[in-house]
Amino acid sequence: MKEQQHEVPTKEAQHKAPVEGKEHGRPVMRYGMAIDLDKCTGCGACMVACMSENNVPFKEDESDKLKSITWIRVYKLTNGKPYPDTEICYLPRPCQHCEGHGGHSPCVSVCPATATDYSRETGIVSQIYTRCFGCRYCMAACPYHARYFNWYDPVWPDGMEKYLSPDVSARVRGVVEKCSFCYHRYQLAKNKAYLNGLHRVPEEDYQTACTQACPSGAIVFGDLNNPEHKVHQIVQPDPHNGNKSKNPKAFRLLERLGTNTKVYYLSDREWVRRLGDNYLAHEETGKVAKAHH
Amino acid sequence: MKVDRRSFLSFVIGGAAGTTLSPLPWKLMDDSSIWSQMWPWKPVPPAGEVVYEDSTCPLCPGGCGITVRKVENRAVKIEGKAGHPINNGGICLLGLSGLQLLYGPTRIKSPMKRVGERGEGKWERISWQEAMTLLSEKLGEIRDKGEAHTVAAISGTGYGTVTELLKRFMTAYGSPNFFRSPSMQDTDEFALNAIFRSKGRLGYDLENADYILSFGSGILDGWGSPVRMFRANSLWKDNQVPVIQVEPRLSNSAGKASKWVAINPGTEADLALGIAALLISQKMANKGNISGFRAWKNELVQAYKPETVAETTGVPVETISELAQGFGTAKRPIALYGKGKGVGTGSLREIAAVTVLNALSGNLNKEGGLWAVSQPDFINWPNVNTDQIADAGLNQSRIDGAGDGPTAGIESVLTRLPQKVLEDGPYPIQALLVAGANPCHELPDTKSVKQALGKIPFIVSFSSFHDETADQADLLMPDHVYLEKFEDVTVGAGLVKEVIGLCRPVVSAQFNTKHLGETLIATANMMGDAIAGAFPWENYESCLKETLGNKWDSMIENGYWENGDVDTAAKKVRPAALDAPVVQAQGDVNSFPLLLVPYDTIRISSGYVGDTPFMVKTVSDTTIKGKDGFVEINPQTAAANGLTEGTLATLATPVGEASVRVHLFEGIKPGVIAMARGLGHTAYDGYLADKGVNVNELIGPVEDPSSGLDAAWGIRAKLDKA
Repeated sequence: MKEQQHEVPTKEAQHKAPVEGKEHGRPVMRYGMAIDLDKCTGCGACMVACMSENNVPFKEDESDKLKSITWIRVYKLTNGKPYPDTEICYLPRPCQHCEGHGGHSPCVSVCPATATDYSRETGIVSQIYTRCFGCRYCMAACPYHARYFNWYDPVWPDGMEKYLSPDVSARVRGVVEKCSFCYHRYQLAKNKAYLNGLHRVPEEDYQTACTQACPSGAIVFGDLNNPEHKVHQIVQPDPHNGNKSKNPKAFRLLERLGTNTKVYYLSDREWVRRLGDNYLAHEETGKVAKAHH
Repeated sequence: MKVDRRSFLSFVIGGAAGTTLSPLPWKLMDDSSIWSQMWPWKPVPPAGEVVYEDSTCPLCPGGCGITVRKVENRAVKIEGKAGHPINNGGICLLGLSGLQLLYGPTRIKSPMKRVGERGEGKWERISWQEAMTLLSEKLGEIRDKGEAHTVAAISGTGYGTVTELLKRFMTAYGSPNFFRSPSMQDTDEFALNAIFRSKGRLGYDLENADYILSFGSGILDGWGSPVRMFRANSLWKDNQVPVIQVEPRLSNSAGKASKWVAINPGTEADLALGIAALLISQKMANKGNISGFRAWKNELVQAYKPETVAETTGVPVETISELAQGFGTAKRPIALYGKGKGVGTGSLREIAAVTVLNALSGNLNKEGGLWAVSQPDFINWPNVNTDQIADAGLNQSRIDGAGDGPTAGIESVLTRLPQKVLEDGPYPIQALLVAGANPCHELPDTKSVKQALGKIPFIVSFSSFHDETADQADLLMPDHVYLEKFEDVTVGAGLVKEVIGLCRPVVSAQFNTKHLGETLIATANMMGDAIAGAFPWENYESCLKETLGNKWDSMIENGYWENGDVDTAAKKVRPAALDAPVVQAQGDVNSFPLLLVPYDTIRISSGYVGDTPFMVKTVSDTTIKGKDGFVEINPQTAAANGLTEGTLATLATPVGEASVRVHLFEGIKPGVIAMARGLGHTAYDGYLADKGVNVNELIGPVEDPSSGLDAAWGIRAKLDKA
């Protein structure tokens, strides 16, 4: 099969870490998302799709949001203006799957147990529950609050464990969990691709549960490195500028931290884009993107 | 032996070094980490063959197609069905969490009869034979006394074979008192009857419209067929179609609209008529769709001058003329009716105003316009041969008086039932059958509803769940959950096409439950020829198959039947009730200075089915926190009342009182407070019960004098620091 063309990885990455054009003889993929915040209605279907796909537990009282496990959480933003000029916007926040520089995601760097790792094959930040011993360094390191600690053992009310999926293991008290970009779906899609004699996983065969469920079509998921994938076409990542998007509507959360995340957000509204990072009064969004190092 | 300092330290250090060098600490640490993760009760879901089965979701009127992923015989995930004409793969959070209903602990697991006091929750499991004998004997007894009309039945929906079977049962039995839960269907029938003078429902061709004017309709909060609405909204964004949301509160629909027009609650009709008057006076109106246009146009223009309308609605004159300009110059503008999820009935004046506005665009029954659609007509069973007793019962007037006077053309007014029961008039109700409805939570003034149910000596619930109404019942005859049965799902919900979905048994019945259709057919057969004769079918499945006729094959193959070429029910509108008195909020301004309005959100199920544990998880901590519910209030109003974020306060209305917390929100009109609908359950389990306040405990029904239907949109209230 003919090799496809790929974006050249970032300059820094090239000499800092082994993220190369190929990994184990296969092209490097960088799975990521583009979430259109103007289309997102805040309905919460992505949250529930995720919970039911990934055997996420629940408790009687989930109103303490610090202890409520939601791999993807929808935040409500407001422009802070008084009535009647108030505006609202919703922002779904899965794990941002930071690449950092050469795979040094904030959480991966601090994990003493190698329970979380950056995949050089897919760009997905993994979480291996059986390795995790609950030190929660990763939670402290994550700038996006994307990681959750199991303070309690999950308890499914009598009979409800029947709907648990065998594709995702249930977690226990004392471990950290987070969004995996539905990695088990990638594994299934990869097996299917091999069986069909395909070299690569087709775009439509690997989609996360939230992308699939979103009734507004606000989430687009795929390989940011693959120019044929819709997500690449929307985001147009610039490998020479830390994978910053060339789309003027797009931004990433806390982009200037240099976390090099793979979840991009799109909005027409300046105030929404502004909330994506800590801007000084004189700074304009989209103009300042260099990481502070 | 003498222990000096030196030997003590040697012992401690030596011991520590020895232990460290031994495998003991490492072994213990290893064991403890294994122990901490390998609880025997940690479920390990068995693997197996994965299959996908298609069905239809009947949890709301939306009628989405679903695909259920199964591992062996377990259903593990519900997804939206790709290619379905309504949702094309999309799905909402209630649909997604259906398995928590199927496998949930709040299911009623077998037929039961009450042994303790009402509401005490003491039940005795009985067999289906016993349950049906109990029901048929009790009903037989009442019928033998010639009091068949004193039995009432409430159904959750007004469509479909199961509803028709229940209705048929009531007819053969001899009672005119069949009720259905208030829904968009009431609004539709009532509008078609009063304004179009025909039968049918309203259809909104939203996908083809190029200007959307919504009078409080929760486009993104569950109005109509919710997933269809989300998809339409994305389409509008892509095509840059202006969406105007008229609402006193910045709901999700308002937040995502191109423009939010904050209005004084309850004055939507005035704004619609104000825009209509401007369209006429500025010669942008198309009069072809309106009968008697000449007769009222001058009157309308006189009565709804922009200044007057601005005064009533609180919407500035410039905004009104901007809206008229936008609506009048758009090619295919459409105005939406029905606040929030659109299940409340509302006033005739308001729906007439919105319909007139649509008619003035000249777009009735046209692409991108409002349609009057004929009712689906596939249930053609022979008429019931009623016996003498049944005839006598059916000749009695309905207890709610529906069909007479202003309610002509309206099948039932459920909100009138509690009051009628409480005042014993015109006759007492001796038995009540409740199917797919939860009036003790859904109906306004729930306290009176519960009191009324307390007066009814025999209540049967067919609910699948331990809901508030089942708690008040004497006999539980639980229905299957939708994933366990065949059933037709007729989708109205504002579509401009006919769709009938099919529910299929994706899994076998999990408990000792029985399909309501089967229960009705079997019970009828136990009640003698007069009633049994009306039910010639062997079982429900054969009834369904026979009824659907040639649609059955396509439904089995695709999961639905679709007809895109609908018949229009009427071509012209007749402006009705435009000068009817405005329905005011209950209560006086002096004792209750604020206005409480309930709001709908897609994250809180407010119908027969309560929120699932997953859905409750998505509700924000400024809606419920612990057991407390919140009211939203403008910071300005809060400051004037000495309230700050999170303050515990007492919310009082003429109907009830509740303890709430305060959430300051800039996106709400000063003087108005809002509370989410669908919370405050007392039944079910700890995942749903005792969270927040049921707003229905604070609002009573307010009848619209021109229709007899409940038109309450809010109530006057007062909020004091606790």
